[in-house]
Amino acid sequence: MNLTVARLTARGLLGRRRGLLLLAVPGLLLVLSVVIRVSVGQDESTTVDVLGTLALGTLVPLLGLIAGTGAIGPEIDDGSIIYLLAKPLPRWKIITTKLLVSFGCTVVFGAIPTYLAGVILFGNFEGVAVAYGIAALCAGAAYSAIFLLLGVVTRHAVVVGLLYSLVWESVIGSFVTGAKTLSVQQWALAVARQIADPGVITSAVHLPTAVPLLVVVTLAAGALAAARLSRLTLTGEQ
Amino acid sequence: MTTISIDRVSRWFGNVVAVNDISMQIGPGVTGLLGPNGAGKSTLIHMMSGFLPPSTGRVDIDGVPVWKNQQAYRQIGLVPEREAMYDFLTGHEFVLANAELHGLPDPGAAARRALATVEMEYAQDRKVTTYSKGMKQRVKMASALVHEPSVLMLDEPFNGMDPRQRMHLMELLRRFGAEGRTVLFSSHILEEVEQLARHIEVVVAGRHAASGDFHKIRRLMTSRPHQYLVRSSDDRALAAALIADTSTAGIEFDPREQALRIQAVDFYRFAELVPRVAKEAGIRLLTVSPQDESLESVFSYLVTSA
Repeated sequence: MNLTVARLTARGLLGRRRGLLLLAVPGLLLVLSVVIRVSVGQDESTTVDVLGTLALGTLVPLLGLIAGTGAIGPEIDDGSIIYLLAKPLPRWKIITTKLLVSFGCTVVFGAIPTYLAGVILFGNFEGVAVAYGIAALCAGAAYSAIFLLLGVVTRHAVVVGLLYSLVWESVIGSFVTGAKTLSVQQWALAVARQIADPGVITSAVHLPTAVPLLVVVTLAAGALAAARLSRLTLTGEQ
Repeated sequence: MTTISIDRVSRWFGNVVAVNDISMQIGPGVTGLLGPNGAGKSTLIHMMSGFLPPSTGRVDIDGVPVWKNQQAYRQIGLVPEREAMYDFLTGHEFVLANAELHGLPDPGAAARRALATVEMEYAQDRKVTTYSKGMKQRVKMASALVHEPSVLMLDEPFNGMDPRQRMHLMELLRRFGAEGRTVLFSSHILEEVEQLARHIEVVVAGRHAASGDFHKIRRLMTSRPHQYLVRSSDDRALAAALIADTSTAGIEFDPREQALRIQAVDFYRFAELVPRVAKEAGIRLLTVSPQDESLESVFSYLVTSA
């Protein structure tokens, strides 16, 4: 963890329009939750639907995408990353710091709003709000690492990230059951299922599979990103 | 005292060879890396600054490879060509961040010192986005100097600078060179290199076209275009006779010098031509002196012959 890198990353992420976007997405979720609670009332299945589809299925991956790729992608694109890299600073430290900042964003703008939305919709009954909040926390870490890696590896990180979260997790996942085994969303749901009262939340993956996969994917993506960054070349006249 | 050593280095991108078997040593003092756009200067600087591995060969700083060696940045100050910086910071915040990233014991003092060196204190609290190109260049320079490196590499540092800023930066670089630092800058503009560097390395089309003292390189090339100042008993008659020959490219009458300025393209032929023509026309030659010591002719010669 390097404080200067963290400060630069956070200012880059939260400054300008991206900061507003990061605020708008969870804001929308909370407003929607209030509207639903007022119009539908306190309903378990609605709560699970909203938190599962909107919060964990859309908000968290979207945030992971914005924060993960945004923590490094623009700097690599415009070349300003050179000021971080031309320093006697281990590259893995840069990645770890950026990963933590990105994860922090998903906590503040993803996990906490998800928990709050749960409370608004259903109170603290059956552990649903806490379960989804913690699931969002786990998913946020994994998404941050995956999308940070994408940000280092490709200039089209946002497109690739969107394809993964929209096409793979949502569309393919709903037709091909096997695809769900390789879905951050399902791993996080497995964690949520464990925390909430039995039978409330369902997941396609069992906890003993989900937790190691979450940990391995997060660490591996971080390590790969660090390795890739230490071999980063600058595009010169070619 | 730090030496950058490039030993039989080539670098290719796919089928394109950007740098072709170059060897050079860059020691203390100011060295100009000269070549037209696309010659491979940036590729060389990227390899020297550890942002590109050579395809073959070695790039070392004091005997230690630069690639994947982050400790090398304690010695290196790099001023990249690209303009992007952390635009949302002020100039001071940017230089301070660089000092912190170097892990300096007193980053605040180092940042102040560096900003004073480039004379940017007056605008240090403005956002980088509001800076002109020359101001950005100076802040980039401050960020590269903040840890007092023994090697300073600048990729096209004079681009976009106005003449005053250019002179100031040249003074700075001269000073660093005189202090015994290894200063390397690239440029495609000949006057810049000529004004600043006694030692030049010329790269043309990925190849090492020439190396060494500027005057020495000039002397090596006898068939380059030459400028001569010629005075005679009848300048206009001599000019008319000389221009008829293919060894001259242009003749101008300089009224202030009361002499002819002759551009010769074929040195040997011209050297033989002048006395013969003068003798045949009955003209007395008063002065024949080579004038042209500008890098321009060396360069264009190297470009066309490479």
